[in-house]
Amino acid sequence: MPATVTDVDGNEVVVEDISRLVVLNGDITEVVFALGLGGNVVAVDTSATYPAEAAALPKIGYQRSLSSEGILSMAPTLVIGNESAGPPEVLEQLRSTGTTVVILESVTTLDGAARKIRGVAQALGVPNKGEQIAVELESQINEVKTLAEKAEERPTAVFLYMRGLDALFLIGQNHLSHELFLASGAISGAEVAGVTQPFIPLTAESLAVVNPDCIVVLTAGLQSVGGREGLVSFPGVAQTAAAEEGCILDFDDQYFGGGGPRMGQVLMDLLRAFHPDLAPA
Amino acid sequence: MMASMAGRALTRLRIVRRVSIRRSDSSRLATSTLLGVMFALFFVALFANVGMGAVEIPPAQAVAIVLSHAGVDTGIQFEPRTDAILWNIRLPRVVLGILVGGSLGVAGAALQGVFRNPLAEPGIIGVSSGAAVGAVGAIVLGFTLFSAYSVAVAAFLCGLLATMVVYMVARAYGQTAITTLILAGIAVNATAGAFTGMLIFVADDDQLRSITFWTLGHVGGATWPVVSSVIPFFLVGLVLLPFWSRPLNLLTLGDREARHMGVSTERVRVSVIVISALMTGAAVSVAGIIGFVGLVVPHVIRLIAGPDHRFLLPASILGGATTLLLADLVARTVVIPAELPLGVVTAMIGGPFFLWLVHRTRLNWGGGME
Repeated sequence: MPATVTDVDGNEVVVEDISRLVVLNGDITEVVFALGLGGNVVAVDTSATYPAEAAALPKIGYQRSLSSEGILSMAPTLVIGNESAGPPEVLEQLRSTGTTVVILESVTTLDGAARKIRGVAQALGVPNKGEQIAVELESQINEVKTLAEKAEERPTAVFLYMRGLDALFLIGQNHLSHELFLASGAISGAEVAGVTQPFIPLTAESLAVVNPDCIVVLTAGLQSVGGREGLVSFPGVAQTAAAEEGCILDFDDQYFGGGGPRMGQVLMDLLRAFHPDLAPA
Repeated sequence: MMASMAGRALTRLRIVRRVSIRRSDSSRLATSTLLGVMFALFFVALFANVGMGAVEIPPAQAVAIVLSHAGVDTGIQFEPRTDAILWNIRLPRVVLGILVGGSLGVAGAALQGVFRNPLAEPGIIGVSSGAAVGAVGAIVLGFTLFSAYSVAVAAFLCGLLATMVVYMVARAYGQTAITTLILAGIAVNATAGAFTGMLIFVADDDQLRSITFWTLGHVGGATWPVVSSVIPFFLVGLVLLPFWSRPLNLLTLGDREARHMGVSTERVRVSVIVISALMTGAAVSVAGIIGFVGLVVPHVIRLIAGPDHRFLLPASILGGATTLLLADLVARTVVIPAELPLGVVTAMIGGPFFLWLVHRTRLNWGGGME
């Protein structure tokens, strides 16, 4: 300390004190805790569900609908988040009171995760610890990639987002899940279907055409349709190979889509499901 | 047909009766009492909003900070951070709340008069749904020409455009008919709704959250530049609209009757619609969609003080501002350090209050045909 970091707009921000942190996004919160600085965090947003200590902290609202006075009432020495934090006026208001605000790039790619960890670590003045976690993550990613390359047959996998029986969405190629599937030795169903946009409402027929061998869903989403049995009874889902073989994987939202230090683990989980023979015991 | 004509005649009779009652001395007293109560409530709301919030600021310091910006040194010590919070965050928010609330209230009252329709509200001329297309479009399509103000600018322009379409469609031979205006408004609202729906369809998760946030209304993003960029629109309306009180009173008798009494009905209609659209467009663009205020505040005042626009219009400014201030106070203090969406609070408190008022008034009128 003090640490200097370049924020997403290219401005250099000097961070002098990290004793009271308000973290604006759940995925940044996860990194802060992984860096061993969880004890300095005084408030988080409602998307911070991991680790459990973070989830128990005071909540400043959701990352996209923050309020400046609420954040200031926590007397932060540093407010840190990514581009999803807003609305932008609130960040301006925070800066206008002399509060140090660091906004980093939002990460939605495989190799972005290590960059995010390094960025947060730089801002908090612990670059060495960040480097260590980032290198470890990169080696985990490479390990899974190397193992997956040996695969002879590749299953087709899709990531479905759902809320109840009426809302079923296929998540497209520009989502992190697409890269996760490719890296763990699967064919991305979004690519097969030619879907690039993140959320496409799905017709039963189009899912049957893609005919995925594995379906990945979020745990909360699976619960909202009555678990595995509810999902495989969906028109369209029932006709897929995934339903027949029972290859339905469910993950926690923050774990699967967070793009953080646990991504190596996610990839290994996927590899185990797609290629049980290739995964280490 | 006969029944509706009879009904209309009855309504007119009632209005005339109420107008004549309003002119009696006892009622003038009631009106001034109501005005006094409303001013008192407004100032209570104002001071509570300035004094209360997630960050605690002692009243003496708050006064000292405001005075220091007026160049008066009170000798009371305060930290620069406290100054920044009060002056840069809380005060612009309070001022914006007053402007938005007052505008929605008076625009609603004036439009109800022009349309002779109790269900009229700023949304009826398409401005809100048009603004929604602009805002959602800017969020989804990544329109950033005006940096942080892009959403607001897009909302404002599209709101005015929608109103213009409504008016152009309804205009024929230099005249507009109220029914045509309302129908055009419904059609434009439906079309705008379809555009918004289409944009929501292609939006991603993050954008959806931003859209929801905008749609539920908020004044938390207020800064002095934001306030000063919309203040001209509000001031024009707040100053000018009350001048149409007399013509609006005469319009309640019907278009033909008003014309016979020397009212240029078309000019009144255009002026009120244009000014209301400017005010509402500005309000919606900086604060999102805040329901209830424009529709119900004028009704509350009518229920208590009668339909005379000379009182109704200024009272709706005061009532709208007070309602918005009180709602915002609740929104930002009940779930500290987070806050509730403002549009939700106005409707949640306002809805039941209005139900109670309607019920009570009905009891006072007694049973029968009403």
